[in-house]
Amino acid sequence: MTGSRGLRSWLTTTDHKRIGLLYFYTAFAFFLVGGLEALLIRAQLARPNGTVVGAETYNQLFTMHGTTMVFLALMPLSAAFFNYIVPLQIGARDVAFPRLNAFSYWVFLLGGLFLNASWIAGPVFRAGVLNVAPDAGWFGYANLTERQYSPGPNVDFWMLGLQILGVSSLAAGFNFIVTILNLRAPGMKMMRLPTFTWMTLVTQFLVITAFPVITVALVFLMFDRFFGAHFYVPQAGATPLLWQHLFWLFGHPEVYILILPAMGIVSEVLPTFSRKPLFGYTVVVYSGVLIGFMGWGVWSHHMFSVGLGPIADSVFSATTMLIAVPTGVKIFNWIATLWGGTIRGTTALHFAVGFIAMFIIGGLSGVTHASPPADLQQTDTYYVVAHIHYVLFGGTIFGLFAGIYYWWPKMTGRLLSEALGKLHFWLTFIGMNLAFFPMHLIGLLGMPRRIYTYAPDLGVSSLNLVSTIGALLIGVATLVFVVNLWRTRSHGAPAPNDPWGGATLEWAIPSPPPPYNFSVIPTVASRLPRWKTEHHDPMPDPPAAPPAPVHVPGGSWWPPVAALGLPVLALALLTHHLWLAFLGVAIMLYGIYRWAFEPFEI
Amino acid sequence: MAHATATVDMMHPPAPAERGLDVYNNKLGMWVFLASEVMFFTALIGSYIILRFGAPGPWAPPAKVLNVPVTAFNTFLLICSSVTMVKAYAAVADGETHFLRFRPFSGGLKFWMLATIIGGAMFVGVQAYEYTHLVHHGFLPSGAREGSEVAELVASGVVPAATIGLYGSTFYTMTGFHGFHVTCGVISMTYLYVTKALRGKYSRHDYRGVEVIGLYWHFVDLVWIILFTIVYLI
Ligand code: HEM
Ligand SMILES: [Cu+2]
Repeated sequence: MTGSRGLRSWLTTTDHKRIGLLYFYTAFAFFLVGGLEALLIRAQLARPNGTVVGAETYNQLFTMHGTTMVFLALMPLSAAFFNYIVPLQIGARDVAFPRLNAFSYWVFLLGGLFLNASWIAGPVFRAGVLNVAPDAGWFGYANLTERQYSPGPNVDFWMLGLQILGVSSLAAGFNFIVTILNLRAPGMKMMRLPTFTWMTLVTQFLVITAFPVITVALVFLMFDRFFGAHFYVPQAGATPLLWQHLFWLFGHPEVYILILPAMGIVSEVLPTFSRKPLFGYTVVVYSGVLIGFMGWGVWSHHMFSVGLGPIADSVFSATTMLIAVPTGVKIFNWIATLWGGTIRGTTALHFAVGFIAMFIIGGLSGVTHASPPADLQQTDTYYVVAHIHYVLFGGTIFGLFAGIYYWWPKMTGRLLSEALGKLHFWLTFIGMNLAFFPMHLIGLLGMPRRIYTYAPDLGVSSLNLVSTIGALLIGVATLVFVVNLWRTRSHGAPAPNDPWGGATLEWAIPSPPPPYNFSVIPTVASRLPRWKTEHHDPMPDPPAAPPAPVHVPGGSWWPPVAALGLPVLALALLTHHLWLAFLGVAIMLYGIYRWAFEPFEI
Repeated sequence: MAHATATVDMMHPPAPAERGLDVYNNKLGMWVFLASEVMFFTALIGSYIILRFGAPGPWAPPAKVLNVPVTAFNTFLLICSSVTMVKAYAAVADGETHFLRFRPFSGGLKFWMLATIIGGAMFVGVQAYEYTHLVHHGFLPSGAREGSEVAELVASGVVPAATIGLYGSTFYTMTGFHGFHVTCGVISMTYLYVTKALRGKYSRHDYRGVEVIGLYWHFVDLVWIILFTIVYLI
């Protein structure tokens, strides 16, 4: 089965590289969907009193845009690299639990489809409209989400979809932690792990600790909506802030789940293209770990406006400002890496440097709303929207694009066009600043977020138009990227093992790597195994052919089957059919049962 | 364990070669999973505390609504099943994979594992009985059913009306999730019992499945002791 082609081989694959590619293509498709939603939002806001969409559809657009980008685009795009690159960087043949890995992917795909099905599911619920997508915002504040205020299936889709996606993230989290801790090649001590792998490890620890919290919050909501419980019902005596605390207790670690992988990518790209080891590797690693811990202590900065009192406000303001310190440390390390290096201005490096610049702006606006009095002016306005887009687009997306240009040759065997890449970069860079910088001003001038239109005399009309033009430019840039991807399939220059002169193990093997990755598992003697350092000569590449046949596990049907049970179960809740619930559980149990009995030796 | 593929030291002599941690994948995986579970129950119990202390009045006295003695017995059952789990582990670690041996009398892995499964299954059974009973008396996730016994208690002021809804929500969610965990444990252990233990796949040299499921089992027990204390006793 291994190395074979065809649909079946993709459906049943347990190869981390193929799963990585599946993650990439799926997440990129969702990225386009989320982008389309953003363009509709911007079209609506281009002029005052816009009429492109109505208020209800607008609510659905911004909710689905946020939810899609966070859970269906950025997290799984990072997961594409976790899958493809991490095992290669640590010198392993696959992840620790290959079938669980496939299961994670299928659950992600089905969860994403389930969530997006809400765009056309209206008729099923006799809603009188086509689109019944979630409409309560990506952080779904209770008690707006209670049945009383959101009677339709919209919030059900959101709540169930996120629970499905949580299963995927958690399963992947367990898998990658065990993989990184246990499958390292001989000699690959923890402090020799590549920075990207390190940041993956920290990210996965955040995933496995933060996702249970939102799961609990969503379970409460589910019980409220389906079984008449009262977790978020103030009239029944519930604390109105419970949801907000639970959500942001998850939500702030979540933003680090989104940014740490990008930081890891940038920490790989910068050294390679400055031909210099990362400045202060240890400091970068430890500040990443520190961010992981501190990320747990700042959540209430999202809640300054609810009136937690001066003591809570001061504490969370202080911790929020403190967390900027390890973040700033990393920025100085990256700049120092570039300093005095032999710089090659590849597209990957452009995106990495763009990341640093944009992330600084986003970090600074973050610090401005770390101060409660300032935040009271900024919260719920476009200023916050500017902040999140500088960190998530200027940060995470730029980092991910740096990773794509850097690792695409490894993943597909062909180099992306540098000319198109530079065009892509500059269009993205200009577009994003046009789109998001004016939002700082729009917000400070008083335009609230999540309102479907604005009056001409608010004085923000031209700024909004500029922002919409910027968004269109990002759209064009993304098309350029798609063309680049497409062209590269046939016209891209074939990639040698190591097109860039990288220091880490993934560059020691062919592009794309054979199913077994390493013909011989390497032994690692330094942190930059492929570079000449003071004490070490570069490691020779493993032989082209394995000295003895390497056993590679075959595929399995059971992960996708088991995964299928989850959306069926969700559908049962959504449509109130008990038989569907039994069906869902039966499918899942059957999948797991066959999975458990399948001979599958790693 | 996995990936014990021939590692040819083709290059430099390894600096003190470190390959992973000294724990096999499944056990490490279980530890990581349990870390995640700790967060899950922390969020659950934390929310309970917030709701209970933020509530507009006192909580219902558990003994008035719940049947505490029955659940106390159930708790005892679960603790016993932890003991039998330890016995199962100790037996297989000594290579005693038999069911029962009579001279001298000793239980082996097959016996103790079965005892654990039965203990867990009985726990779930008693909980199902408890739920049916409570629902019958009118205690629901949404509070008291109209015209029921519990509604009368509320009307007479024995059970505070202001918090009975939250009381029902938290009670069923917390105990229900725990019951779900026990059920998963029973199913997994039955699977290991039938496919591995009965077929003689475990030996002194390899009893990973027993160890891993044991970790889970003890965790679920520990959580129950906390839940029982805060839901039924205080
Ligand atoms: C220097 C570091 C940072 C600081 C001090 C900071 C601070 C803040 C504060 C105080 C808010 C709440 C604003 C409000 O709603 O009034 C906020 C919102 C937000 N931040 Fe940051 N932030 C930082 C970095 C990041 C990073 C790295 C990310 C993600 C990659 C991020 C993502 C977000 C998101 C998504 C929200 C908005 C959530 C929403 O209301 O929809 N931030 N940030
Ligand atoms: Cu935050």
